[in-house]
Amino acid sequence: MLDLLHSVPLLAQEAAPMTTSFLRLYVFVLAGFIGFQIITKVPALLHTPLMSATNAISGIALVGALVAAGAQHSYYSTLLGFIAVTAATINVVGGFMITDRMLKMFKRYER
Amino acid sequence: MPSLPLFDNLLATPLLAQHTADAHGAVNEGLRQFLIEGSYLAASVLFILGLRGLTAPDKARRGMQLAAAGMLVAVIGTLIDARILDYKWILLGLLLGSGIGAAISIWMPMTAIPQRTAISHAFGALAATLVGISHFDFLTRILGTEVGHVEMAALGFEVMFGSLTITGSLMAFGKLQELLPGAPITYPFQNETNIGLFAVTALMFLYLVLAPTAWGGHTTVFYLMVLAGLAVGVLIVIPIGGADMPVVISLMNSYAGLAASAMGFALGNNLLIIAGALDGASGFILSILMSRAMNRSFANVLFGAFGTPVETAGKASSAGMTVKSVSVEDAAAQLAYASEVIVVPGYGMAVAQAQHQVRELAELIERRGGEVKFAIHPVAGRMPGHMNVLLAEANVPYDKMLEMDEINDQFPRADVALVIGANDVVNPAARNDRSSPIFGMPILNADQARSIIVLKRSMNPGFAGIENELFYDPKTALLFGDAKSSLTKLVAEVKSL
Repeated sequence: MLDLLHSVPLLAQEAAPMTTSFLRLYVFVLAGFIGFQIITKVPALLHTPLMSATNAISGIALVGALVAAGAQHSYYSTLLGFIAVTAATINVVGGFMITDRMLKMFKRYER
Repeated sequence: MPSLPLFDNLLATPLLAQHTADAHGAVNEGLRQFLIEGSYLAASVLFILGLRGLTAPDKARRGMQLAAAGMLVAVIGTLIDARILDYKWILLGLLLGSGIGAAISIWMPMTAIPQRTAISHAFGALAATLVGISHFDFLTRILGTEVGHVEMAALGFEVMFGSLTITGSLMAFGKLQELLPGAPITYPFQNETNIGLFAVTALMFLYLVLAPTAWGGHTTVFYLMVLAGLAVGVLIVIPIGGADMPVVISLMNSYAGLAASAMGFALGNNLLIIAGALDGASGFILSILMSRAMNRSFANVLFGAFGTPVETAGKASSAGMTVKSVSVEDAAAQLAYASEVIVVPGYGMAVAQAQHQVRELAELIERRGGEVKFAIHPVAGRMPGHMNVLLAEANVPYDKMLEMDEINDQFPRADVALVIGANDVVNPAARNDRSSPIFGMPILNADQARSIIVLKRSMNPGFAGIENELFYDPKTALLFGDAKSSLTKLVAEVKSL
C-alpha cells in the first residue's frame, strides 16, 4: 500500500502521516477487541488479580518515561522524566509482585 | 544487515535522520530500530498471552510471569534507544521505583488490596501525564515546531485522562483508606459545577488541537487543561459513596490504560497503544459488570449522588417487625449439625478481617461431615473479586467459591445460610419491593435457605441505608457482635460439641 502511495509523490506527502495515524488506530481498535475477547473469559474469581495485572501492564508508560528521563532535552524534562520513571516502576514492579502474591494463594480443593 | 525500508517508512522518528549521515550509521540505526521494534512486538504478544492465562486459575501465575517478562523485554529494548543520552536518572528512577514497589507489595496486608490498587492507578497516570507534559515542552519550547493536529489531540487525551485519573484515584484511595468520609460529599449546584468544568476542559482541548500557533497562548492553555483535569478527577469521585467504589476503581483502571494508549499515539509507539487498549478494555468491562451487578447504569453510579439524598426506602418502617437474636451456643449447634452450609461474605468480613476464622469454622463443619460453600456476589466488598482474594488468603480453596449464578439454585437445599457482614446483596427487597432503591439488583437467594444466621455488628441499616427484610424473616437469627469475635466464639463452641 505504501509503495502505491509513493508512486504518486504529491499524494504521498499528504497522505503518509494520515495513513500512519490510521494504522495506529487499527492497532488500537484490534487490540481493544482482543482485550475484550480475553477479559470477558476471565472468571469473577480472578477479577482482583486481573485488575492489578492490567494495572501493572499499564505501567508500560515506563517506556515513554525512560526516553523522557534520558534524552537530556532540558532540566525540566529530565526532572519530569525521572519522576515518571519512578512512578511507572512502582506500578510495574509492585503490580506484578502483588499479582503473583495473590495468584499464589488461589489453591484447588484437595482431599 | 540490509536497511529496512518498511520500518523506516512506518516508524522513522525525526531524530533518526540525524544518524543517517553516513552509510555505516544508517545500518547501525536500522539494526537498532529493528531490535527496539522487535522487543515491542515480543512484549505485545507476551502481554496478550499473559492476560489469557488469567482465564484459568491454574494457568494464571505462569501467564503473569510471561507478561512480566514482556515488560522486561520492552524496557531493555527501550534502553538501547539512540535518543537516550544519559542513564543516570533512569537508573536512579528504576531503583527507587523498584524499591518502593517491592516494599509495598511485600509488606502490604491483603485487606488493603483495594487501596493499593487505587493508588497504583494514580502512579501509572502520573507517569503518563508527566511524559505528556515533557513531550509537549520538548515540541513547543525546545524544538519550537508547530504541533500537528493529530499529535496534539493525542497529547491532549494523554494528559486529560492522566490528570483526572491521578486525582480521581487519590480520592478513591482516600475513601478506601478512610482518610476521607466514605459517604458521598455533596454540595449545591454540584452537577452544574461539574458540567461547567467538563465544558471548559473540552473547549481548552479543542483550542489546543484546532487553533493555529499564531493565535498564541497554547502553552498556558495546555497547563490550564492539566489543572482542569486534576480538578475534574477530584470532583467526579467525591460524590460517589464507598459501596460504589468497585465501579470507580474499574473506571480509573480503564482511564489509566487509555492515557497509556494516547501516549502511544503521541509517541508513535504501537506497544503503548496495545498495552493501553488491553488495560482500557479490561477496566471498561469490569465497570460494566459492576454496574450491572448493582442494576444501575454507569451514569447513575457516577452522577447518582447529585441532588438525591439517600432516601429512606419504601418499606423502611421496621416498626412492628421484630428480629430474633440467637446465642453463640445455638448458632454453633445449628452449624455443626448442618449437612449443607452456604457462607455469604460481605464487606463486613473484610472490615473485621475475619476471613481466617471463617475458614477455620468451615473446616470444622466439613470435618464433621457437612459441606460448606461460599457464595460471592460480584459487588461484595470494595473492588471486583475482593472477597475471593481475602478467602484465598485464608486458604479457602477456590473451587469452593461460587459465583452468584452458579450458587443461587443451591440455596433452597442449604440447611444454613451464614451471612457475614453482607447486607444489600442478600436483601429480598431487590426482588419484590418496587419502591426500593435497589429494586432489580441481582441478589444472592440467601432467604431461600432453610435457616439463616446473620453475623452483624448492630441493627444499623446497610450502606445504601435500606432496611433489610431478611433480618426480620422468621427463619433468620441474628448473632450480634464483631464478625471476628463472633466467629472465634463459634469455632470454640463447635469444637466443644
